[in-house]
Amino acid sequence: MTKFQKFKESYFLYSFKRDKVAIASFIILATLLILAVTAPWIAPEDPYDANNIDIMDSEIPPMWSEGGESRFILGTDNMGRDMLSTMLYGLRTSILIAVGAVFLQAGLGILVGLTAGYIGGKTDAILMRIADIQFSFPYLMLAIFISAIFQAVYGIGSYERLAVPLLIVIIGLAEWPMYARTIRASVMGEVNKEYVEAARVIGLSRPTIMIRHVLPNSLTSLMVISTIQFANAVMSEAALSFLGFGMPVTKPSLGSLIQAGFDFIFSGSWWITVFPGIWLVLFVLVINLLGDWLRDVLNPKLYKG
Amino acid sequence: MFAFIIRRIIQAVLVMLVISLVGFSIKNSMGDPVRDLVGERVTPEERAQMAEKLGLNDPFLVQYGRFLKNALKGDLGTSFIYRKPTLEVILKHAPATIELVLGAALIVILVSLPLGVYSALKPKSLLSRFTMGFSTLGVSVPVFLTAIMFIYLFAVTLRILPSYGRGETIDLFGNGYWQSGMFTIDGLKHLILPCVSLASIMLPLFIRLIRSEMMEVLETEYIKYAKAKGLSPMRIWLVHAFKNTLLPVVTVFGIQIGIMFAFTILTETVFQWQGMGFMFLEAVERSDISLWIAYLVIVAAVFVFVNTVVDIMYGFINPTVRIAGTR
Amino acid sequence: MSHLLEIHDLEVKFALRFGDITAIDGVSFALDKGERLGIVGESGAGKSVTGFSIINLISKPGYISKGNIRFEGNKISSYSDEQMRKIRGNRISMIFQDPMMTLNPVFTVGFQMIETIQAHRKISKAGAKKIALEKLKKVHIPSPEQRLGQYPHELSGGMRQRIIIAISLLTDPAIIIADEPTTALDVTIQAEIMDLLQELCESDNMALILITHDLGVVSQVTEKIAVMYAGKIIEYGSTDQVVKHPVHPYTEGLIKSIPGTVIKPGEDLVQIPGMMPTLTNIPPGCAFNPRCYLKEAICTQKTPELKEVGNGILAACHMK
Repeated sequence: MTKFQKFKESYFLYSFKRDKVAIASFIILATLLILAVTAPWIAPEDPYDANNIDIMDSEIPPMWSEGGESRFILGTDNMGRDMLSTMLYGLRTSILIAVGAVFLQAGLGILVGLTAGYIGGKTDAILMRIADIQFSFPYLMLAIFISAIFQAVYGIGSYERLAVPLLIVIIGLAEWPMYARTIRASVMGEVNKEYVEAARVIGLSRPTIMIRHVLPNSLTSLMVISTIQFANAVMSEAALSFLGFGMPVTKPSLGSLIQAGFDFIFSGSWWITVFPGIWLVLFVLVINLLGDWLRDVLNPKLYKG
Repeated sequence: MFAFIIRRIIQAVLVMLVISLVGFSIKNSMGDPVRDLVGERVTPEERAQMAEKLGLNDPFLVQYGRFLKNALKGDLGTSFIYRKPTLEVILKHAPATIELVLGAALIVILVSLPLGVYSALKPKSLLSRFTMGFSTLGVSVPVFLTAIMFIYLFAVTLRILPSYGRGETIDLFGNGYWQSGMFTIDGLKHLILPCVSLASIMLPLFIRLIRSEMMEVLETEYIKYAKAKGLSPMRIWLVHAFKNTLLPVVTVFGIQIGIMFAFTILTETVFQWQGMGFMFLEAVERSDISLWIAYLVIVAAVFVFVNTVVDIMYGFINPTVRIAGTR
Repeated sequence: MSHLLEIHDLEVKFALRFGDITAIDGVSFALDKGERLGIVGESGAGKSVTGFSIINLISKPGYISKGNIRFEGNKISSYSDEQMRKIRGNRISMIFQDPMMTLNPVFTVGFQMIETIQAHRKISKAGAKKIALEKLKKVHIPSPEQRLGQYPHELSGGMRQRIIIAISLLTDPAIIIADEPTTALDVTIQAEIMDLLQELCESDNMALILITHDLGVVSQVTEKIAVMYAGKIIEYGSTDQVVKHPVHPYTEGLIKSIPGTVIKPGEDLVQIPGMMPTLTNIPPGCAFNPRCYLKEAICTQKTPELKEVGNGILAACHMK
């Protein structure tokens, strides 16, 4: 059977087709991803381009309310940017940062975890201590002040250009212990199994064994935590932007939009907060739902039948 | 057992040294102690004089040593914004945050334990499904959004709860140090929304954690054996399964308290709550390096302390750790 | 004649996502007071499930789909969980395979013993403690007082299993079901534990159902034996007879693969070709037919019934 045929008949797909929530979440997620990726082409205007924005356009309500304009389907924010465009671009930025951060976390975490788990002993103890320390420290504070230091030292201009990579690095470095721990636990579980001993007997080197044999067996745990971490990364970026330490004012993300709208919620311009809020929640929600479904499917112990 | 405790304490001290070194290095390279003490309107000569007096031209390690010595005495520098010792500023803001976290923690314990246990025991019931669905939603909504929504709903629309501030506070110990909002009706009313918002981060997590841990425990051989012995279901669930579930949950709780402190930054911003998070943000925005470094060091200390205590407590509850001694 | 325990036509199924599969297909046997029965078979043959179904402890998604179980004249297979509780650990005790996994690691031995007694009897903690000590002495555990305060991980495997046996004796049950009690232990300890079980059953006239894949152990301790294959009993009779003169080709193969029982030194040991089928792949007719050297056409068409074949042995084979 070809790989595709195998997949079609697999339990994975079977379970997916049976679970309406999973299907719905997947469709929504796919839609959001497509929207985000194609944002530069489908958005009515480019919210990052200062030339497009007219402060006189600020605080216009959505199209269907009184005072709305057809130019701005969901209204405008406090700077005159089109809500719809900004939301699309914001989603795009969030996804970009989250993907980058997760790759960084995973790469670093897996490396450390594999090493610690396989070599064990002192190396393991030291590495895990570092992970524990970082794990227990509120990285949000660290993120805030790294961001603040950067802005102070390098100026706003540099910050705007480098915000995205900086955020990727910050969030990526913050959460690697999660991956390290998971992989390490997995490795420690596998290392004692006989197939590893057998591989050693044949003469395979340690790194080879780790990468080719042990790692694939840990794949299921990795997949599960990756979904969680992705959702977390999105939320972290939103939180940082909300506080003003994430995306700069000129390149708003969903978090900064919500923050901007907060001041206006009392004066009636509710859409500046509500729309990005719903958008963000929807995105994170479908990721979480799919992650839950994935976890259940990959865990053979839980029979719902 | 004793060796275990000593080992954990030594580890804690080591960690603190590392963190204090990092903190001090940053402060040293970016901070301006002269400005902290006398402001910005001084002549260059006076600055140079002050710098000499403060020992700012001494080698790094000497300054670090001084920093440590002062820290142990309680002196972590002076806040530029408040013109007061940083420790004093932090301590003044602490009660607000502590009460917030306490309230939130209470809500989390009181709600997540019964709900978590119930959804593990009767996973198909309506309440369980509703709880799980709601908790997935809860995890997907960032805390600041929850806070804003609460304000919009309860303060703006329904007008039954206040939207910002701590309300009426009383001086708990009579010395001006602890302004408590927990003993007045007004203060309590002000506490509700922030505490619930903060709890909303942890609640979904704990409900799911307790539920999944308990479900895993319920599948173990020893629970099956307890059934084979003819023990009553209540006893199996609430004594056997519960204790085994509690162990990992307690450790997580210890770590999560720390995370809750971090998230107070977000909550306090929304509610204009004059706690440490609020203070921290202000310090960063206004470049009061001494203040936020001091805060960072203190927070780290609290974390390390809490984690060490949790580890030691875990050693007491879980008998298998006592013998092994190491993690 | 009424037996202590009667199993009639027991059928147990597992409800999986792809459909229901039959784990036990029409098993019947009886047990009298003080009698020791061995249920033998390979892993997956259904022996453990049989044991669990007696006290209705089959893990979900398993369920009893047909048949009934009678204990002391009562139809316990239709008991509610509340009623079953009074039997479990009280009149019928069970010993599981791995003593490390069976005892709760966070409670002391004493705690787990006393709660068992108090679950079935109104008795003070001191009274329960006395009984616990008494039973610990019965299983020859040194310094029993000390053991009560210890945690399971502080004890050796053999010691733990003795404690589990002691727990099973706490309420002076009528039947002990031992599910692979020695599989997780060293060989030397195995012999000790089996001797202990035999001694206890003899002295207190307790019935024993010993579930194992180890023919050596079974021939030592039991009086009757039931051989299971793919969810059915294919041979049933006195242990002595079955081991010395096996009838069913499968039993024959099993016995002949062990040195020293039927095969004498110098002769070749027998190997049964193939493997026991999984529950989803049971061949039509006699489940053993693909591996049987006596196979004929009828073996693939009709499932053989358990019938008398002489010497008090029952076997399910068309050819005998």
